[in-house]
Amino acid sequence: MKRINAPLDRETALSLKAGDRVLLSGYIYTSRDAGHKRMCEALQNGEELPIDLNDSVIYYVGPTPAKQGEVIGSAGPTTSGRMDAYAPTLMEKGLRGMIGKGERSLEVVKAMQKYGCVYFGAIGGAGALLSQCVKENTPIAYEDLGAEALCRLYVEDMPLTVVIDASGNNLYKTGRENYLNK
Amino acid sequence: MREIDVKLIKEKIENLCIEANLYLPSDITKALDLCYKNEDGALAKDILGDIIENYTLAESHKIPVCQDTGLACVFLEIGQDVHFVGGDLTDAVNDGVRAGYEKGYLRKSVVCDPVLRGNTGDNTPAMLYTEIVKGDKVKITVAPKGFGSENMSQIKMLKPSDGIDGIKNFVLKVIEEAGPNPCPPMVVGVGIGGTFDKCALLAKKALLRPIDTENQIPFYADLEKELLEKINKTGIGPQGFGGKTTAIGVNIETMPTHIAGMPCAVNISCHVTRHKFEVI
Repeated sequence: MKRINAPLDRETALSLKAGDRVLLSGYIYTSRDAGHKRMCEALQNGEELPIDLNDSVIYYVGPTPAKQGEVIGSAGPTTSGRMDAYAPTLMEKGLRGMIGKGERSLEVVKAMQKYGCVYFGAIGGAGALLSQCVKENTPIAYEDLGAEALCRLYVEDMPLTVVIDASGNNLYKTGRENYLNK
Repeated sequence: MREIDVKLIKEKIENLCIEANLYLPSDITKALDLCYKNEDGALAKDILGDIIENYTLAESHKIPVCQDTGLACVFLEIGQDVHFVGGDLTDAVNDGVRAGYEKGYLRKSVVCDPVLRGNTGDNTPAMLYTEIVKGDKVKITVAPKGFGSENMSQIKMLKPSDGIDGIKNFVLKVIEEAGPNPCPPMVVGVGIGGTFDKCALLAKKALLRPIDTENQIPFYADLEKELLEKINKTGIGPQGFGGKTTAIGVNIETMPTHIAGMPCAVNISCHVTRHKFEVI
């Protein structure tokens, strides 16, 4: 398995291919439905974002609360399609990687090709397993949104699969075809 | 007449919420273990291995199996000879959910209005289903339902002339459209018959039945097997990355319906299909 780091530089992002299994380490951000809405509204109003999106990786997750002495609770991915309306705007501002699960829209894939962004799949429903990779968890903004707050996570060896690469290859299509044709 | 204090209902629901979210039922874990052995796709096998590691870790570390600890679906089968005392039953159910989700460090995933949104902050209200049955006991089932899979569910008012093929085609269409979104491998609950609303409830109830059991009517038990086989031939596979294991179970529940109709509902669930019950 290939080891990669976040923030994710453009060159590494472009080298990844759909179907690659990778271990991601470094700083990433959490955001989902309500957080995305707020970030895009802020951009529309010409306001500064609470994070620097350049080469950033966003994890679509709303974790369970952390128990005392623990960094985070269960923390698996949520369905990415609900962020499709917002993702291209964030890519334009430098977003380099997205972690979630499930299909993306044609518009998102086109924007990924244009801006050089990668879509990673984390295993949906494996929240306990994925929580073990999270070593730091710092709230950054939108704390009133509870589980949907924007946080910065430090992750170590987070197991991911490249689902859609920056050339638009899609594992949901090719993986299934390859399996059925083997 | 047997009196039951609603405080007891609250306590039981509190515990059931926590336990359902930490420990996967044995029918699900057994099915996952078996599918891991039988899976012939390389990446698919890796993914199933991680899924097994996940539920094992959840159990040993007491972490929720999935971060979507769901809407708290609470089913009460109430014996007709029971009289509840000590307060309001619905309040007791919601108090139990509130306490369980707080004490169990479970995620609060409920908004107070479907359009205006706004998190209620305590995962209430519960989705409460009550049914009056014979006797003086109460069966309490808590089934936390995640929405990645719930969002992929569908209902169709089929015509009687669509026949059994209409049902098969509809179920397979729903699976196809769901694809990787509901975190496959999935559990598929199918309701056939009743009215529009009863049919959807049948599909949800089908998800409460262990997947190592079958419909008591041989015709539908065969249909369960056939649909599972067909779903697993789609090649969608674990997480939609391709493979043999797209579903680990299909459960069908049926009831009488109108001469003019054949409603069919498909309620999709994932490999974290949670349900825990207790009879008092």
